[in-house]
Amino acid sequence: MTTTYVDMRERQAGGYPGEGSALVRDEGRAMLGYESAPNRTNGAGRLAQGLGWFSVGLGLAELASPGTVARLIGVRDGSRTRIVVRSMGAREFATGLAILTGTRPTGWMWARVAGDAVNLALLGQAARSPRTDRTRVAAAAAAVLGVAALDVLSGRKLGQQSGTLARSAHLDAAITINRGPDEVYRFWRDLQNMPRFMEHLESVHATGERTSRWTAKPIAGVSLSWDAEIREDLPGERISWRSVGGDLEHWGSVRFTAAPGGRGTEVRLNAGYLPPGGVLGAALGSLLGTLTETKLSNDLRRLKQLIETGEVVQSDASVHTLPHPAQPSAGGEA
Amino acid sequence: MKAVCWEGKRTVRVEDVPDPRILNAQDAIVRVTSTAICGSDLHLYNGFVPSMAKGDILGHEFMGEVVEVGPGVRRLKVGDRVVVPFPIACGACWTCQQQMFSLCENTNPNAWMAEALWGHSTSGMFGYSHLTGGYAGGQAQYARVPFADVGPIKIDDGLPDEKVLFLSDILPTGYMGAEMCDIKPGQVVAVWGCGPVGQFAIASAYLLGAERVIAIDRFPYRLRMAREKAKAETINYEEVDSVRDVLWDMTAGRGPDACIDAVGLEAHGSPLMYAYDRTKQALMLESDRPLALREAIMACRNGGVVSVIGVYGGFIDKFPMGSLMNRSLTIRTGQTHVHRYLKPLLERIKNGEIDPSFVITHRLPLEEAPRGYEIFRKKEEDCEKVVLKAS
Repeated sequence: MTTTYVDMRERQAGGYPGEGSALVRDEGRAMLGYESAPNRTNGAGRLAQGLGWFSVGLGLAELASPGTVARLIGVRDGSRTRIVVRSMGAREFATGLAILTGTRPTGWMWARVAGDAVNLALLGQAARSPRTDRTRVAAAAAAVLGVAALDVLSGRKLGQQSGTLARSAHLDAAITINRGPDEVYRFWRDLQNMPRFMEHLESVHATGERTSRWTAKPIAGVSLSWDAEIREDLPGERISWRSVGGDLEHWGSVRFTAAPGGRGTEVRLNAGYLPPGGVLGAALGSLLGTLTETKLSNDLRRLKQLIETGEVVQSDASVHTLPHPAQPSAGGEA
Repeated sequence: MKAVCWEGKRTVRVEDVPDPRILNAQDAIVRVTSTAICGSDLHLYNGFVPSMAKGDILGHEFMGEVVEVGPGVRRLKVGDRVVVPFPIACGACWTCQQQMFSLCENTNPNAWMAEALWGHSTSGMFGYSHLTGGYAGGQAQYARVPFADVGPIKIDDGLPDEKVLFLSDILPTGYMGAEMCDIKPGQVVAVWGCGPVGQFAIASAYLLGAERVIAIDRFPYRLRMAREKAKAETINYEEVDSVRDVLWDMTAGRGPDACIDAVGLEAHGSPLMYAYDRTKQALMLESDRPLALREAIMACRNGGVVSVIGVYGGFIDKFPMGSLMNRSLTIRTGQTHVHRYLKPLLERIKNGEIDPSFVITHRLPLEEAPRGYEIFRKKEEDCEKVVLKAS
C-alpha cells in the first residue's frame, strides 16, 4: 500500500509543471522512512471504503424492508422482529456513513466489529427459537463472521497507519490567490508573515539571509522552537525550507504558478513534521494530532484573505478558539 | 443590546447580549432601525439547517444608521442610513470581481464546513448558521457589518424604511429569480410559492417583459395577494388534481416557458408525496423535500428554464433528471448576488416602478419576534411578512 501511495504522488507530481520539489520530497521521505499517512487510495482505505458502502447498502435495506431482510436470513417476520431489524439498519447505516465521511475511520471500523458481535448474538438468539429456519440463520451467521474478519483486518490496517500519523505528518494544501506570483512570493518570502496565517506558529524571525528561528504556539504549556534554512529560493516560483536543529524536524515547500485565465496565482504547499522521541515527542504528538490538511487549507485561506483584503476576516464565532455562538462576546477574547 | 437568539428547534428568545465591536478594520457598526423575518429564517427556526448553535443571533434582512466605522472604511460615514445585503462580500476576490457576491471567497471563516457539505463554500452570510461563517445576525439593536464599503447601500432620507428594507434580500432574490429565466416578450412564467419572494418574482417577471405570470400556492390569502398586488393568475394546488395538467391547459400544451421555485426545502404538495418526503427527511435519508422543484421541472416547456431561488440545504431524492436531460431544460440557481441589484432596484423603487412594502402584513417591536416567528410559521393571521422595529 505504501508503494501505491508513493506512485500516486509521483504521478501527481509529474502532472503539473513546476510541481514538487524533488529535494524536499526526498528528504521528507527519508525522514519518514517511506511511511505513508492514511489515504483513501491505498489498500486499507479501499477496503474500509468498500465496507462503508456495504454498511450503507445493508442499512438502507434493513430500514426500508425489514420484513424481507428477516425472511432472507431465516428469522420469522413480525412487528418485534421488524423493530430489531430496523434498529440494526439504523446502526448499520450510521456506521457506514461515519466510515465514508469520518475523519477517524479507524474508530468506526472497530464500531463495525462491535456491530458484528451484536448481529451474531441476535442470530444466536434467533437460532434457539423453534420458529426459525436454522439453515438460513446459519448461512447468515457465516456471512456475518466473514464480514467481521474483514472488519478486524481493516481496523488493524487503518490502526497501523494512524500510528504512523501520530509520529509524523506530511500534508498538502492548495489555493488560488487573485494576485500575481511575484506579489504572493514576496509576501511569503518575508517569513515573519507566516504566523499571521499559520495558526500553529507563534513567531518566525529571520536570523540571516536564508536562516530563521521558528516558535510554535505552546501545546499543554510546552513551547517548541527550531531553526530552519531555506534550501531553494526561486523568486516568483518556489521556496523550500527545512529545519536544521531544534525541537523537531520540519520541512516544507511552497510553489507559485500563474493561474490560467488571469486568475492570479496557484499556491501549492506541502509540509512535513517529524518529532523526536521522549517527552518533547509526546507533546509534539499532540501538536501533530491537531495538524490536518483541513487546518493547512485554513492557513492558506487566511493567507489569501491577508493578500486580497489586507486582513484575516473574522466572524463573531471565528474570533474564538473554542466553539462560540454567533453573537458578540463581552470582550477581551478577541 | 437586545437580540433575537436561536435557542433550539422552534425556540427563539429576545435576550440581552453584548454590543458588537469592530473586529476588522473594514467593519462598520449599524444601529438597526428595521429588520425582517425571512422565509429562510424559518428553515433555521424549524431546525432544518445544520450547524446552528444555541445563542446564535438570527436575521439577515436589516437596515439602519452607521454609528461607528473601522479605520479601513473610506466610503461610509457615521450617520449614513444604509441597507445591508445578506451575503458578506470582500469585493477583492476573483468571484466578487465577476459580480457573484454570494460566492465571495474570503468571507466565510468556516468555509471548511461548507466544503464538507457542498464541495465548495459560499460567502459568509449574516445570522445564517455556522456553515456560512457564524456571523451574528441583524435581528438586534446593533449589528457588525464587515466590508462596509462593499456591501451597504446609502439611502436618501426621503425614502421610508419599509420601501427599501427588502433590498437586503427578498426583492433582489425575487428579481434574480426572474432574471435567470431570461424572459422574452410574450413568455409565460410560472412561480411556485406566493411568500414574499414569490410575490417579488411575479412582479419582477412582469418588469422583465413576461406576458403572463401564473402563481401556485395553497393559502388563499397569499394567492389573493398574488392576484391583487402582483397581478398574477393563480392556482391553488390543493384544489386541483395536477398542477402540471392545469398549466398544460393554461398554455395549450406548451408548458410555461420558465418555472421559478420560490419554495425550497420545506415544500408541501400532494399528501402522498409529502408523506414520502417528510418520512425520508425525518429518517435523515434526504435533507430537503423537493416537491415544488419536481413539479416545476415536469411542468416546464421543452427547452425552458427552471429557476431555483427557494433554499435547499443538502440532498434530495427522486430528482427527475430524465425530464431535465431529455427535454433540454436549463436549471439556474444561486444564493442572491444582492450587491449587483442594489442600485438598479433602488432606482426602480425611486421611480415608482415597484413598491416592495405591499408584502408587509405585520409590524412588531423586536421584543415580539418570538410571536412573529410563530405566526409566520403557522401562517396565522394571514401572515405574509413580519417587519421588526428594532429602534
